[in-house]
Amino acid sequence: MGGKKFDAPYAFALAAVNPRSGAFRYTLLIMYTLVLYLLAGWSGFFVMGIELLGGRLLAPYFGSSIYVWGAIITVFMLALSLGYLAGGRYSMHRPSLRRLALIVLLAAVTALPVLLTGDALLDKLAARVPDPRFGSLSAALALFFVPTLISGMVSPYAVRLLVVESHHAGERAGRLYFISTFGSAAGTLLTSFYFVLWFELNQILWGMLAVSGLVALSACLVRPRALP
Amino acid sequence: MSRAALATLALLHAVAAPAAGTLIHSEHSQYREVLVYEDAGTRCLCFTHECAIGRQSCIELAYPDHMVFEYTRLMLGALFLVPDPHQILVIGLGGGTLPRALQQLLPDAHIDVVEIDPAVVRVATQYFGFKSSLKLSVSTEDGRAYVRRLLREGTRQYDLIMLDAYEREYIPEHLLTREFLRQVAALLRPGGVVAANTWSSSRLYPNESVTYHAVFGDFYNLKSGNRIILATSGALPSLDQIRRNSERFSEAFTPYGFTPQLLLPLFSTQMDWDPAARVLTDQYSPANLLNAGH
Repeated sequence: MGGKKFDAPYAFALAAVNPRSGAFRYTLLIMYTLVLYLLAGWSGFFVMGIELLGGRLLAPYFGSSIYVWGAIITVFMLALSLGYLAGGRYSMHRPSLRRLALIVLLAAVTALPVLLTGDALLDKLAARVPDPRFGSLSAALALFFVPTLISGMVSPYAVRLLVVESHHAGERAGRLYFISTFGSAAGTLLTSFYFVLWFELNQILWGMLAVSGLVALSACLVRPRALP
Repeated sequence: MSRAALATLALLHAVAAPAAGTLIHSEHSQYREVLVYEDAGTRCLCFTHECAIGRQSCIELAYPDHMVFEYTRLMLGALFLVPDPHQILVIGLGGGTLPRALQQLLPDAHIDVVEIDPAVVRVATQYFGFKSSLKLSVSTEDGRAYVRRLLREGTRQYDLIMLDAYEREYIPEHLLTREFLRQVAALLRPGGVVAANTWSSSRLYPNESVTYHAVFGDFYNLKSGNRIILATSGALPSLDQIRRNSERFSEAFTPYGFTPQLLLPLFSTQMDWDPAARVLTDQYSPANLLNAGH
């Protein structure tokens, strides 16, 4: 491609689609990294979005006092802590971007009972455990523990995929925590200030599940097999 | 000193003087600070320092029955719809002004009060002359959890339910949804009445109105600074009926500092709101965001 008409970006674009070229590998590496960050950032968003909606879902049954928020936050923190352990452990076994995408997808699927049986379950629990503290604690455990635990697996698993050499491990992990926690901040603000003003709770939940599906799908489209 | 200077001085004094009076009691509860102020023979319950966002309840120490706030008088207008209630539920205690008056006016009625904050019950008892008795019991729990529990038990229904749980600065959102009002309606005997104390100037006015209307149909709207909604589970009594019922109380309201005649002109069924406003539900309940004008 030495002709006058071919300038540098065009040459790069041509090379980028040639699986044997270095440019192709470089582009892939960038996309691979971006998708990893996207998964981590979205997972952070998802967790806090669900947590805030959880408070709304429990309020008609247990009120919205500090007990109820305390119970919800306890369950989320506990689930995340165990999720970090599980995610780190799982990353020892043939880690891949596709598996990370599956974790994100699984977190969304296990949140489905919130939508499908949430009210019936809350009604039964409120009758059985009327105390607002233990009632909301058991409700939060039943509805949010599993999806939050699985979401907790995302960060350590993603760190494993990002780190190639130990000298940049801290830098990569730091960047990942930044993106994941920034996603959490965005999920908190957007949900509590805007989404609840525009949409119904179930619409927000369905929307978040759909985004989880799309983000996981985008990760499956990047084929990391060609990577070094 | 010139007049202008005097006026300025008076204004400065008004700004500098503690508006709420002397703090005579304060305690922290799980929910808030509960404060009692006293000034010139009037004692008030507040949830903020210097009563910055308003007084919850006040009594005049020399005339403890006299109703300091107009809204409590308007709430008694509910008795014109149901003049002889046997079972009454009051959600939100405050200083206990309403349950106290109801107990005096209707000595045979059973009154249940549900108040989320035990500190408020303590302070109402200690500083505002509230006293529970065989016919006046208090439960400390969330209003909605209480209503749900009673519906499940199915042992009790009410002729009159008074909702006095909304503050100007913070509305418990789960107590202002279609689902909650349906539960309240299910707890009413046929022809039972719900009386709710809210605000006439709030940005939430249209949403609140369509939500009540969705559950109860037409209702009486009493507006001054506050807004009292009087709705029934059955047919709404006519104004004639209300006038006739009010005659029973022509003497009875005197200790509280007003007469039924003062309330009657306020009864209105006019729908002075946008009917296209969004109904508040358990799925959509951003009452505080809407109230803040978003």
